[in-house]
Amino acid sequence: MTAYPDKLREIIDDFAQITDRNERAEYLIEIADRFPASRVPAEIATKPYAEEHRVPACESEAFVWAQENANGTLKYYFDVLNPQGLSAMAISVILDETCSGQPLEQVATIDTSIVFSLFGREISMGKGQGLMGIVTMVQGEARRRLK
Amino acid sequence: MSEIASRGYVNPDVLVSTEWVAAHLNDPSIRIIESNEDPLLYPSGHIPGAVQVDWTNDLNDPLRRDYLDKGGFEALMSRIGATNDTTVVFYGDKNNWWACYAFWVFQLFGHSKAKIVDGGRLKWEQEGRELTREVPSYPATRYTAQERDDSRIRAFRDQVLAHVNAGLPLVDVRSPDEYSGKLLHMANYPQEGALRGGHIPGAKSVPWARAANPENGTFKDAAQLRAIYEGEMGLKADDDVVAYCRIGERSSHTWFVLTYLLGYKHVRNYDGSWTEWGNSVGVPIEK
Repeated sequence: MTAYPDKLREIIDDFAQITDRNERAEYLIEIADRFPASRVPAEIATKPYAEEHRVPACESEAFVWAQENANGTLKYYFDVLNPQGLSAMAISVILDETCSGQPLEQVATIDTSIVFSLFGREISMGKGQGLMGIVTMVQGEARRRLK
Repeated sequence: MSEIASRGYVNPDVLVSTEWVAAHLNDPSIRIIESNEDPLLYPSGHIPGAVQVDWTNDLNDPLRRDYLDKGGFEALMSRIGATNDTTVVFYGDKNNWWACYAFWVFQLFGHSKAKIVDGGRLKWEQEGRELTREVPSYPATRYTAQERDDSRIRAFRDQVLAHVNAGLPLVDVRSPDEYSGKLLHMANYPQEGALRGGHIPGAKSVPWARAANPENGTFKDAAQLRAIYEGEMGLKADDDVVAYCRIGERSSHTWFVLTYLLGYKHVRNYDGSWTEWGNSVGVPIEK
């Protein structure tokens, strides 16, 4: 956990304080509302997107891109084609805001269990796997470049 | 004749239109229930007066892998202010996938006054109809449930094994890659919750969402559904059919389609599904 990007650790700590399910949902909805800022711009990708960017197991049809910054870090972009994929949007915003521009060594350590830290243990199996798929793509892009 | 009635379903009354819902928002004999895969959708806005029935928190036993029992169902119905005479009207995301799942669980307790909103949440939103974040509260009711009946519409592993051995039809409603077992072998892929990939021998692949129109989540008409399940897959209305997916959620959508829209009499949902079958020792698997 200590190796995670600072901002990611902070938001995980924030969520750890929340015990009320409705409060957690409100917080995540607020985050999902910021999704337009994390959506992939046309200069990076246009529809139909290449399948290699598709997140496996995500029923909300999520896509992830990673562009290299001059300093070797990555800027992450996302799209979620299902307009009702609020949870997928929320995790995308969190990953963009906490992992873009952060050291690859830190992003590469992120474990898929952050999905449960953020969304709670009661999330359904299918939903959890889709969201973990998004985390895996982000972490995998960092790992690939470290090899 | 309403548009839904013109589609040729065996039980058209099990569906209601978004217009019908809009006209019954204040009908005390109705309880509108939202059931979603995405837990953020209901709190982000829902049909006025609708309550949420959540898969994880409301319908599952908190300890064992099973559904709630009679007492749990009575408590749930009391919480949402429903009596034995209330007509429950389900809607939700993903072509009503989770709405059909909740509908199926309600049928385990025999609450037959139940309907699905054709097109679900997607169509309601597309039509620009009202959504509210106000969570309603209804006076608690006294609801008397029957014991849960697992014999009619639910299948267990050993029953499915006997079904396979008897050569009876099964429908695998997962994606083609789950059916073929390919997904379990993809790099970096989060495990599907099963040690083995593939499908139950003899199962035919009909991804669940083929029964819905992707543009608005409504159900396809009876002729289109028959073309898929009977024309392509060779099922017949009097067949004994088992449907399954990963945990029984997508297959409850197919169960609903076959049972209500096409009028099949013997369809069971195998809720153990691939997360049980693909982890079971010694059961046959086909790829």
